[in-house]
Amino acid sequence: MRPEEGTLISRAQAIATVLELLTDQPVVICNGFPSREVHKMADRPTHFYMIGSMGNAAAIALGVALAKPNKQVVTFDGDGNVLMGMGTFATVGALRPKNFIHVVFDNEVYGTTGNQPTISNVVQLDKVAKSAGYVNVERVLDRDDLVYEFKDMLKKDGPSLLLIKVNEFVEDAGRVVHDPSVITRRFMKAIEG
Amino acid sequence: MIDSDVFVQALQDLGVNFFTGVPDSILGGIIAELMIRRVYVPAVREDEAVGIAAGAYMGGRVPAVLMQNSGLGTCLNTLMSLNLIYRQPCLLIVSWRGQGGNDAPEHLVMGEVMPQLLETVRIPHRTLTEKTFAEDLRWVVETLMKRQIPVVLILTKGVVKGLHP
Repeated sequence: MRPEEGTLISRAQAIATVLELLTDQPVVICNGFPSREVHKMADRPTHFYMIGSMGNAAAIALGVALAKPNKQVVTFDGDGNVLMGMGTFATVGALRPKNFIHVVFDNEVYGTTGNQPTISNVVQLDKVAKSAGYVNVERVLDRDDLVYEFKDMLKKDGPSLLLIKVNEFVEDAGRVVHDPSVITRRFMKAIEG
Repeated sequence: MIDSDVFVQALQDLGVNFFTGVPDSILGGIIAELMIRRVYVPAVREDEAVGIAAGAYMGGRVPAVLMQNSGLGTCLNTLMSLNLIYRQPCLLIVSWRGQGGNDAPEHLVMGEVMPQLLETVRIPHRTLTEKTFAEDLRWVVETLMKRQIPVVLILTKGVVKGLHP
């Protein structure tokens, strides 16, 4: 059965919950529906919306985290994206940036292209992250656990990974309206200093 | 032959202050020097390195990514669907394996087509020579900052001193 039995929340509900707990942290959001949903829910200048370069969200966030060691940097990622750039788990695990929080919304499908199955129902990405050297790793299925664990990660030194099992429901969200070059400049200005 | 420390110092003097990449033998001396200076972030794939550099750029740095030209193939989509459309500059220091057909078989196709490939994807490039060293570095850094896109500095074998001269 997909997604994992017991999963009650949609990615949009999970995203909304995480966004409520964030203030001015830089957030790098992977391509596809995650960027569209975040853009629709709360269009903050601290959001870097990706529309291409699938698999590179965590790498971009890692670069920000290394350049801005005094800011907590958050990645919003998907299971398909993580699988595509799984080497970055190893790079993060080896470098151990304390200010790196990786949030993975795992719906076990490539949602943006029509719900073709990924392999994250078999390969547990949280366990891979743990083996790669992430310091704090948690897997949650519902909203209460999500709030508790994410708040806790905001207080801890990382790298941290929160894997949220979500269902396949997709919020009705249009494409990101900003020109990509505007997203870059706006994000840079918002995280200055 | 240019010494690796002279090469790195010249880049740092031009403001390049974030270095990542994936190794190649031709780049060995430069990477060793970057590691001595504790400014090198090792990546596991070239597209990851380009992603890390993009993040560092947005965090206020001037990034460089080192790679073999095989890695150019690996990171092409990131260059096209991230750097080129998001206007994110990056210095790509790319070793020219397979140049002139004198290399292992896996390098021959890329070695032959690399300059045309870069023209096709509209990424400016220049091949470093010892004679024009200072001007080449100045040009690549100036071009990437002015145009806000990646620029390739191509390194042929023996121009910058490797680990085993």
